[in-house]
Amino acid sequence: MARARRGDGPAFDDLVRMTHPGAFTLAMRLMGDEDDARDVVQDAYLRAFRGLKRFRGDARFTTWLYRIVANCAATAQGRRGRHRHDELPDDLGVADDHLDRDPERKAAAGFDRRRVQAALADLPEKLRLVIVLRDVYDLPHEAIAAQLGISETAAKVRLHRARKRLRTVLFPLPEEMEDATEVPIRAVG
Amino acid sequence: MRSAELAVSDHGPSGRRIAGLTCVEVAEVLPGLVDGRTSRHRREDRLVARHLDQCLRCQAEISGYRRLLKALHALRTEVLEPPGGALTGVLAGLAAEAERRAGRALLRGHRVVYLSAVGVAATAAGAGAAAVLVTRRRRLD
Repeated sequence: MARARRGDGPAFDDLVRMTHPGAFTLAMRLMGDEDDARDVVQDAYLRAFRGLKRFRGDARFTTWLYRIVANCAATAQGRRGRHRHDELPDDLGVADDHLDRDPERKAAAGFDRRRVQAALADLPEKLRLVIVLRDVYDLPHEAIAAQLGISETAAKVRLHRARKRLRTVLFPLPEEMEDATEVPIRAVG
Repeated sequence: MRSAELAVSDHGPSGRRIAGLTCVEVAEVLPGLVDGRTSRHRREDRLVARHLDQCLRCQAEISGYRRLLKALHALRTEVLEPPGGALTGVLAGLAAEAERRAGRALLRGHRVVYLSAVGVAATAAGAGAAAVLVTRRRRLD
């Protein structure tokens, strides 16, 4: 890390190799499309490379990088939807967890992930970005609101709608069974 | 207190009114309630809690939200395999950026040398002109 910050190109390449799958995963969850996710990751690493001197080193590199990925995804979605957004403040990180470090969640992870991913990918972009940042990566409401350039209340409303849609699709009540359409499982990795 | 079995037995289209709230009204707050977000009114929270205690349908619904949150949290720990060539593309992009940066640094260096040379030349010319002027003045004196 220190070598990369001093401008050592090969050292930064090593960082990219180590963190690329995690960054791609986040981008994929936010964008719901492989090509878009690739573009977002490419853009994020370029931004990280240019701004490496601004990385204070008091957080993990991946936390910092994931924030940039989230910003790039919001920019890409904003470009498509013509919405402005604010950059995330430096001290608000996107959670970076690994299954191996949390056996409890590992046990809870038995649900068919491909179905969850497919249902996520089927959500409208506005709703998907909010629920991924909040419920997958644990970002606070205020940070999500700042990211999207909307009020905290609006962010909560979107989260509310996203949860409702996903719950109806993935865990329908008996009377919702007929309405719940089968989620097509896409190749997401 | 009514039993949950009784409460769930006679749902209408909007659900039976239990603790002053219908299932439809309770369903509106459940997506927020699942991770601890409550309403602004404590009385409303109490009514929702009482409704949930007695209504199997709404218990099933909030259970669905809890399972959803667990499933989403579990995604955090999973890493997707990037498509072939994605990493190579990133590294190539970074190499191109590094080249551009090096090129700009070189240009900056050249510009510094050029401007320094111009500065030195201007200073020398100024000094020369001053020397000529001083010499002429002495001759005239």
